[in-house]
Amino acid sequence: MSKQLPPFQRFLDAHRDLVWRFLCSAVGPVEAEDCFQETFIAALRAYPRLRADSNLRAWVLTIAHRKALDAHRGRSRRALPIADPGVVDGRTHDAPAARDEALWEAVQELPARQRSAVVLRYLGDLPHREIAAAIGCSEEAARRSLHDGLTTLRKVVVPV
Amino acid sequence: MSTRMTDEHSMVERALRRGAVAIDRGNDPAAEAARRVARRAAEEGLADVVYTPVDSPFGELLLAATGRGLLRLAFPEENVDSVLERISQRVSPRIVEASGRLEEARRELDEYFAGRRHSFELALDWSLVGGPFGRKVLRVTSQIPYGGVLSYREVAADAGSPRGSRAAGNALGSNPMPIVVPCHRVLHSGGGLGGYGGGVERKRWLLELEGARTPRL
Repeated sequence: MSKQLPPFQRFLDAHRDLVWRFLCSAVGPVEAEDCFQETFIAALRAYPRLRADSNLRAWVLTIAHRKALDAHRGRSRRALPIADPGVVDGRTHDAPAARDEALWEAVQELPARQRSAVVLRYLGDLPHREIAAAIGCSEEAARRSLHDGLTTLRKVVVPV
Repeated sequence: MSTRMTDEHSMVERALRRGAVAIDRGNDPAAEAARRVARRAAEEGLADVVYTPVDSPFGELLLAATGRGLLRLAFPEENVDSVLERISQRVSPRIVEASGRLEEARRELDEYFAGRRHSFELALDWSLVGGPFGRKVLRVTSQIPYGGVLSYREVAADAGSPRGSRAAGNALGSNPMPIVVPCHRVLHSGGGLGGYGGGVERKRWLLELEGARTPRL
């Protein structure tokens, strides 16, 4: 039997946590809600045209990555204050949190491609090939973005 | 890479993973956000099919509808994933769980099970009914009044095939909208109950609810 697309609700159930984590890290918890809606509504519109053998995880993260970029552009236009880094999903981080908060703040300030690479790798647990597919670059470039991102972040965790 | 750099990298990685765990904890904002997506998809007509569970004396039924009407009623033992996958293949994969469009169906079923409703006014979507003869059989069946019964042979004849009672039985056995399309009102001509997709005990229960006059209940 040929492979079928899962019913959309099953696709949504299977990927919601990953997309939520990605967006919380990429745009912060306040804007994550809107980006999440935009991501899955866009996915639903395009869904029937999708090939059944598509990599659904990489596909939905590609959309989420684009929506996160839009949110960042909107934010710099509107000059909104950045979300309080001490609160994620309305809950306060606990220890050893102080340093981690600084780290996540730094993640949000990385250049877009590095930020997405770091988030997809450590929150999404994606292999380099899928990171590359999601942000639309070569695997080698994805590897480099990840490395560059980690190098910048290292300075936050271990001040020079 | 020097040992020191490797250590620093792994410190960063550990901290990133801790953050991932922290975001994972607590109430489930992703599930909430997903419910809002489904509700919005249903309200804005972006979903082609919506489904919802509803309580009944038989346990939890699954109802699914398109913009045209009720598409499917599944009994509790049916595998939800198989039901949804079949709808996905036959009708559309744009399926979400949301109850809005199914409120009317839920209300009419509640009234029916309470004995207060004798006919359904729901619009029906016949997309899951296979073949022209199957459609005719189910349309004939949908005209059988509350408390009445027909034999398989009579239904086949009314559907245009007097010798097609076995084919009629097959069509009734795969009725995608049982109860609402009352295939429980079709019996053997000798008075035996015949089969029922939801189990023959339920067929008996429904006929008794309706006070059907049948030779052997």
